[in-house]
Amino acid sequence: MSTDGAAVGARLRERDLSAAPAALNLLESSAAADREQSARLLAELSPAALGCEAPGHVVGVTGPPGAGKSTLLSALLRAWRAQGRTVAILAVDPSSRRSGGSLLGDRARIEFDPADRGVLIRSTAAGERLGGLASATRAAAHALAAAFDVVVVETVGVGQGETEIADVADTVVVVVQPGSGDVLQFLKSGITEIPDVLVVTKADLPAIATRSMRDVSSALRSLGSGSTPVLAVSSLSPTRGIEELMHTLAEHRAGLDIAARRLRARRAGALTDFVAEHGEHGLRSVGGRRAAESLLDGQRPDLEAPALLAVLEQAMA
Amino acid sequence: MRPYNCGMSDELSPRLPEPDRPWMIRTYAGHSTAKASNELYRRNLEKGQTGLSVAFDLPTQTGYDPDDELARGEVGKVGVSISHRGDMATLMDGIPLAEMNTSMTINATAAWLLALYIVAAEDEGVEEGQLQGTTQNDILKEFLARGTYAFPPAPSMRLIADMIAYTVEHVPKWNPINICSYHLQEAGATPVQEIAYAMSDAIAVLDAVRERVPPERIEQVFGRISFFVNAGVRFIEEHAKLRAMSILWEELGRERYGVKDPRHLRFRYGVQVNSLGLTEAQPENNVQRIVLETLAVTLGRDARARAIQLPAWNEALGLPRPWDQQWSLRIQQVLAYETDILEYPDIFAGSKVMDGLVAEMLEGSRAEMAVVAEHGGAVEAVPYMKGALVESHRERIRRIEAGSQVVVGQNRFTESELSPLTDDAEGGILVVDPALEDEQIEAVRRWRSERDQTAVDAALASLAAVARDRDSGENLMVATIAAARAGATTGEWAHTLREVFGGYRAPTGVGEAAAASTDGDLSELRLEVSRLQERLGRRPKILVGKPGLDGHSNGAEQIAVRARDSGMDVVYEGIRMTPTQIAASALQEGVHVIGLSILSGSHRELIPAVIEALRKEGVTAPVVVGGIIPEQDVALLRRAGVAAVYTPKDFDITRIMRDIVELVGAGAGTVASNGHGLSANGSA
Repeated sequence: MSTDGAAVGARLRERDLSAAPAALNLLESSAAADREQSARLLAELSPAALGCEAPGHVVGVTGPPGAGKSTLLSALLRAWRAQGRTVAILAVDPSSRRSGGSLLGDRARIEFDPADRGVLIRSTAAGERLGGLASATRAAAHALAAAFDVVVVETVGVGQGETEIADVADTVVVVVQPGSGDVLQFLKSGITEIPDVLVVTKADLPAIATRSMRDVSSALRSLGSGSTPVLAVSSLSPTRGIEELMHTLAEHRAGLDIAARRLRARRAGALTDFVAEHGEHGLRSVGGRRAAESLLDGQRPDLEAPALLAVLEQAMA
Repeated sequence: MRPYNCGMSDELSPRLPEPDRPWMIRTYAGHSTAKASNELYRRNLEKGQTGLSVAFDLPTQTGYDPDDELARGEVGKVGVSISHRGDMATLMDGIPLAEMNTSMTINATAAWLLALYIVAAEDEGVEEGQLQGTTQNDILKEFLARGTYAFPPAPSMRLIADMIAYTVEHVPKWNPINICSYHLQEAGATPVQEIAYAMSDAIAVLDAVRERVPPERIEQVFGRISFFVNAGVRFIEEHAKLRAMSILWEELGRERYGVKDPRHLRFRYGVQVNSLGLTEAQPENNVQRIVLETLAVTLGRDARARAIQLPAWNEALGLPRPWDQQWSLRIQQVLAYETDILEYPDIFAGSKVMDGLVAEMLEGSRAEMAVVAEHGGAVEAVPYMKGALVESHRERIRRIEAGSQVVVGQNRFTESELSPLTDDAEGGILVVDPALEDEQIEAVRRWRSERDQTAVDAALASLAAVARDRDSGENLMVATIAAARAGATTGEWAHTLREVFGGYRAPTGVGEAAAASTDGDLSELRLEVSRLQERLGRRPKILVGKPGLDGHSNGAEQIAVRARDSGMDVVYEGIRMTPTQIAASALQEGVHVIGLSILSGSHRELIPAVIEALRKEGVTAPVVVGGIIPEQDVALLRRAGVAAVYTPKDFDITRIMRDIVELVGAGAGTVASNGHGLSANGSA
């Protein structure tokens, strides 16, 4: 028997954090009964049901392996908790191997108090698509944003992943370590979209961190994005720049037309799910990508992603 | 290649003019309390043992007092519990410290235990300059293989460097560090990996000390560095490994550190032979394995061990008793005093086969050392080396599973008569009295209440001050000895430094290990896993947990890698997890099954505690346990709610995986979730 999605959704709406594990079990499931319940869960948390966009701040954190994402998250987590804010971290592991199995290691690298009920860390595999976000992760981020103050979606990537993370996050943070030329190259060549905030880690190595900041800033200026904040952070004790980063994140969120960004995210997500489910054939049968997009644009803005997916599926028939 | 020669005349006489003196004969021993261990040491010395080798329990090794939450179930288990100078005085009571050569298997807290030893000697009127012995003190291999680290890599290296700088000046006969290749082999290293990683480790240590001593002293420092190696049952190859290490060491001394004095260039090593190859099945066979492995480190005079300690035949069953250790002591004595092994010059001199093997290993090791150097040296290369070790170990297990590596009594010649050796009520092992933990807790609390608290507070405050100022040039060892003298405890010393240095979790290596090279035998299992996935709606997800302080993570790592290769999602967070942490992970991650690994003998206390924590969170997923679990404890664990217990007998990991998949399948639909989530089922 499947879990009652509406009940779990209602508990999240009441900001009952203990409902989160059950919600995630449901949202990650592909069993038919569970998917039906997932849709009911998300319907409970749609802007229509909430009367507004989910209040949590969805922060996407991405960057190449070894850039210091986990250490940064440990420091941020500590600081957010010190302010009394509840935090959920969805750690997406890039591994997608022959066997289909994966080792979800990030949990081990993030420091937190296991007895703290205001923190949840869930690891998921990216699934079959390289660099992609599992559909479940998008749904989970939206659902948890109704209950937690901050929802972090952490992915590994240089290049492709950021586009998809922009489809789920309110604020995208790209993390680079000093001296890593890759990110710079990707930025310049346009493979990487320009993030909302750029963080250079390991500021305890002042010389190279300063040089890296200069390189990144000048690259951003040459792309006409000189206003994108670039911050140097040291996540190890004694930490440096964490407060400033929190402030920058909050400022970005405050300056955002959150309704427009979330609406775009829901529509883009629904389309991605539709293509994943029905392929190019499905897309052709609704008259192509543009037709699908304009069909979605014509829907009520407070519909959640599964409802939008259903609209596309009806158009197929 | 230069023929191997340690100062002998080129003209080979078939006999030495005088037989050599035997190596230092030791037994790695210690359990429960300082008093009980002291009695054991005195008996062992009466039996003809020539040096001491102290085994500490895991709380002492990782810097916790007996009354710490993390120490639960571990006090006095794998060694003796030492919390303060009083314990150390009891441990060494009646043992002449000016003459004794004491080896301590201690790493993260080595500076502290040496400080306690110095203070205990002081009380006996023995000056620190007279003390002889060894502290293991090799932190990199703790990150790689053994797991009893306490602080992050950089401050750990500083602590080691300070200790070396201190002893070279004040305790000149002390070996402040034993670079350990031993544990690398236990973690699955090939001989080449063992050599290369140990040498790279030594380079990292020497480079760190070089920054903290005057330039003219580095020659002396180099001369005080000794090694602690392993020897497996392929004893010819193992002997070649040791000859290769001597050559590399001398080369390193000359070329990198400019050492000229031949005495300082000598490769000095102690040894404990291999435990990884010891089996639970037909455990008596381990005796001949141990004997043959001992030959690897004694046969050739030019690369003979300075000190030897041997494991006990029944290690894979549980903790050895004094009688089991006596057997290992007698093996050494028969070899040293009955055979003619000490009467000849190097018996491999001029052997083309030996020279060829050595050349092969030198070539392989230099190549691997270059890879480590490319990563930025041993400290930076820890994740790389850890991944390589996990991979080598997986390959070893695959060979044993496939039968291409024969293990007599385990995967071949398995028929056996009943053994009278394991016939007694305890199953032929030592069982530590569980009441002892409470007594130790009581004792440390009493110690704290009876000492001069003001002096302790002041000593710890100045230790913290020295630790905080990393550029002061002040030696941490001095402040550490002052804290020992004032009466601080092991837990307080480590806590003070943890506060300054921060905590640390070592890389697990499982993420770095590549996928299985031969998938053939797993394809059927993968099919099962994907069928199960269809039924569950999600990919089967397993949490692999290591509760307690036990750092031997091979088993957990191999289970994690194999579960991934079978197609499962695996959450593995490394060692030293509390029951609360394991329960939180199981709940938040929504796992379908939980696998716990434990080797330190604390399963009787810890496993039920984990299950209690899980059930309190409403997690109903089944729990399986693997490790060194004596037969008579299996029923106890089953009663506590464990679904299956695996011991070293169960070497076929694929079969364990098949069991786990079946177990999850049997309860399909039940996943880790909290009570609220489940009760919400029919309520709306």
